[in-house]
Amino acid sequence: MSYLRRSVLALAVVAGAIGLTASAHAEKTLRVVMHSDLKILDPIWTTAYIVRNHGYMIYDTLFATDATGEIKPQMVGNYEVSADKLTHTFTLRDGLTWHDGQPVTADDCVASIKRWAVKDSTGQKLMTFVASIEVRDPKTFVMTLKSPTGLVLLGLGKPSSNVPFMMPKRVAETDPNTQIADFTGSGPFVFKQDEWKPGDKTVYIRNEKYKPRAEPASGLAGGKVVNVDRVEWRAISDHQQAVNALLAGEIDFIEAPPHDLLPLGLADANVKLFDWNPWGNQYTFRPNWLHKPFDNPKVRQALMYAFNQEDFLKAVVGDPTYYKVCNSYFPCGTPLSSEKGMDGLLKSNFQRAQELLKEAGYDGTPIVLMHSTDLAVLTNLAPVAKSLMEKAGFKVDMQSMDWQTLVARRAKKDPPNAGGWHAFLTSWVSADITNPIFMGFMNAGCEKAMFGWPCDETMEKLRDDFAREIDPAKQRAIAEATQVRETQIVTHIPLGQWYLGALMRKNVSGMVAAPAPVFWNIQLQ
Amino acid sequence: MFAYVLRRLVATIPVMAIVAIMVFLMLRLTPSDPAAIIAGDNANAEQVAEIRKRLGLDQPILTQFVIWTSKTLQGDLGESFFFKKQVTDLILDRLEPTVSLAFFTTVLAVLIAVPLGVLAAYRQGSWLDRIVMGFSVLGFSVPVFVIGYALIYVFAIELNWLPVQGYQRLSLGVAGWLQRLILPSLTLSVVLIALIARITRTSVLEVMNEDYIRTARAKGQTEGRVLRRHALANAAVPIVTVIGLGVAALIGGVVVTESVYTIPGLGRLTVDAVLARDYPTIQAVILLFSLAYVLINLLVDMTYTFFDPRIRY
Repeated sequence: MSYLRRSVLALAVVAGAIGLTASAHAEKTLRVVMHSDLKILDPIWTTAYIVRNHGYMIYDTLFATDATGEIKPQMVGNYEVSADKLTHTFTLRDGLTWHDGQPVTADDCVASIKRWAVKDSTGQKLMTFVASIEVRDPKTFVMTLKSPTGLVLLGLGKPSSNVPFMMPKRVAETDPNTQIADFTGSGPFVFKQDEWKPGDKTVYIRNEKYKPRAEPASGLAGGKVVNVDRVEWRAISDHQQAVNALLAGEIDFIEAPPHDLLPLGLADANVKLFDWNPWGNQYTFRPNWLHKPFDNPKVRQALMYAFNQEDFLKAVVGDPTYYKVCNSYFPCGTPLSSEKGMDGLLKSNFQRAQELLKEAGYDGTPIVLMHSTDLAVLTNLAPVAKSLMEKAGFKVDMQSMDWQTLVARRAKKDPPNAGGWHAFLTSWVSADITNPIFMGFMNAGCEKAMFGWPCDETMEKLRDDFAREIDPAKQRAIAEATQVRETQIVTHIPLGQWYLGALMRKNVSGMVAAPAPVFWNIQLQ
Repeated sequence: MFAYVLRRLVATIPVMAIVAIMVFLMLRLTPSDPAAIIAGDNANAEQVAEIRKRLGLDQPILTQFVIWTSKTLQGDLGESFFFKKQVTDLILDRLEPTVSLAFFTTVLAVLIAVPLGVLAAYRQGSWLDRIVMGFSVLGFSVPVFVIGYALIYVFAIELNWLPVQGYQRLSLGVAGWLQRLILPSLTLSVVLIALIARITRTSVLEVMNEDYIRTARAKGQTEGRVLRRHALANAAVPIVTVIGLGVAALIGGVVVTESVYTIPGLGRLTVDAVLARDYPTIQAVILLFSLAYVLINLLVDMTYTFFDPRIRY
């Protein structure tokens, strides 16, 4: 055998050995297409869902909402409340460390709570009850209240934007209106900043130091056990291409494929559907209280009689498998859901709607209805609203625009004929509207309310009562009272619940059902 | 020649200034608000106002324009509203995929279109001529994204020969780079092939009846040599012009193709920036595209002297 041939043979053996070793330690990478590309990295600075999802990858929370909607300790090991309900003591569980190896301390958590509370509406409300938050020892801090409130756990266990994620003190001390630049967390994944390329991909690797809780994963609570080495969020903006890539095996998971592409994906034997968000989403109609005729409650009530949820859901979602009529402001399946006060409403009773318009003296002012055209899950809502409103006797001027233009315009208080608006339709993630405090559109605080600016002292009093109440039964009664009040004042109108599962290849299993898509517990065969 | 190039470069300045003013004004006059987008759907008015202030969008348009212009003149294109990165870095990062795509597309188009055009002219009225002309009509008529999806369906999903989407940097290997560029380049080159083939055919047809072609044939030169050395060389100026125009027109195609094939290039950056109303990025990318357009045209004009020695600047 010549020297050359021997060398080639030796090289082949070595290469083969390397190949075997490599395959034995093959890295498990989950390739995912999220609903949007990640461009901002501070989940306290923005309420955008994609940033919230990023937050769940790399940060941990003191408490978390489980699959039944209960709030369970997460980073907290021991939680005590004094008999007078004014002193809440939190002790962190053992073994919590930041990604840089430093231990998580009570100081870090206090700074994180304070930063979150500046930005988040629930946090702001909670802070009106808080007298002080003090560090007792490296693992313990004490929150002292001026008066009892049920918002301590509701706030700290809030499942959706803004989630009170814990950050190191040096990071949490960043001005809340400035984005953070240090992405050290203590969550189950570590953010690979050097591999982050907006418009291309976002990469996370398993946090080897993370110590999951012993309980099984349930919703956003329980043990966050990571079974993959790496998660890549691939930025594929074209839905059709995302499904093509899934079919070709180039990706493993699509968070939010549009309903019309589900049959294409599911026609492949290697693809399955998983509804990771069983609470779903809720369509909502929002009138603007500032301008005639919606400054009149009777006109707003007329809408409640004119609309019916089925028409909206059929027009947008189509397949009843993915929608549910739900005559409750608080989404069906969530703890405070109720039909109290909703009798006879949302049944398209045009006669009653016309009577109310007549009583209100509606003069035929055209309703400027903003129609978002670029998001498939919203596009068909406004035409249905227009049709039902016209049947009830409204004149409707439906103006089409892209969602980002609508977002900018809805912030304007100008009259509708001068760049303002009368109404628009949107969708809420159910986890964001599970109680009267979370539900932003229920805020009737006039200038302090969200766009639409409803103004009602009774509603604000009820929301305050809810915040002060700690007994779950009484909280429920107050929530029902807010719903009854809603039917009288109509800050907004729920138009039904809809669901959108993730398409994934069948080698992906173990995903946890939760209000946000999370990637712990997932197995990749 | 040098004086001509210098004159043309100086003439670029007012063009770029007009583009800058137009882009700046159009963005500010559109009914959108980057601050509202950044703040997210659940943000309240105070949060949006705070972000607007931080971005400097609460200042009068003239003030914003003066700040942006003075920074741009100093080579500072600003920081992206969304990516929190310098726009210059973003553009440099996205340059390679776009340049690769444009280069590969142009090479592919020229290699296919010029011989096809010459052959179609040489065999005027034959089945080959009709096929080339038919293809040209098809190439002009079918939108880029339809061609893209059709190619993906056949070559990536059904035959599984090529990847559906994505881009691999050249530094990670030529094979992977090429593999991921084939479908996007093919998609993008269809229009360019149609355009170049058609113009090549027309230009070659025009020169085929010239006296020097007859003379070349009379001298006993082969038909291949006649076509290459005499017909094509003399028809080159309009062909080069259309190639130049085609390359400049690729800018629009790149935006669509990069979106369809998920290529993280300048086209995709443009789409993302427009959707997010990322003013600094949009302004910079459009200025860059305009500059590229002007320079490509200049380059085309300069190549005329190479193909036709009678042209002097």
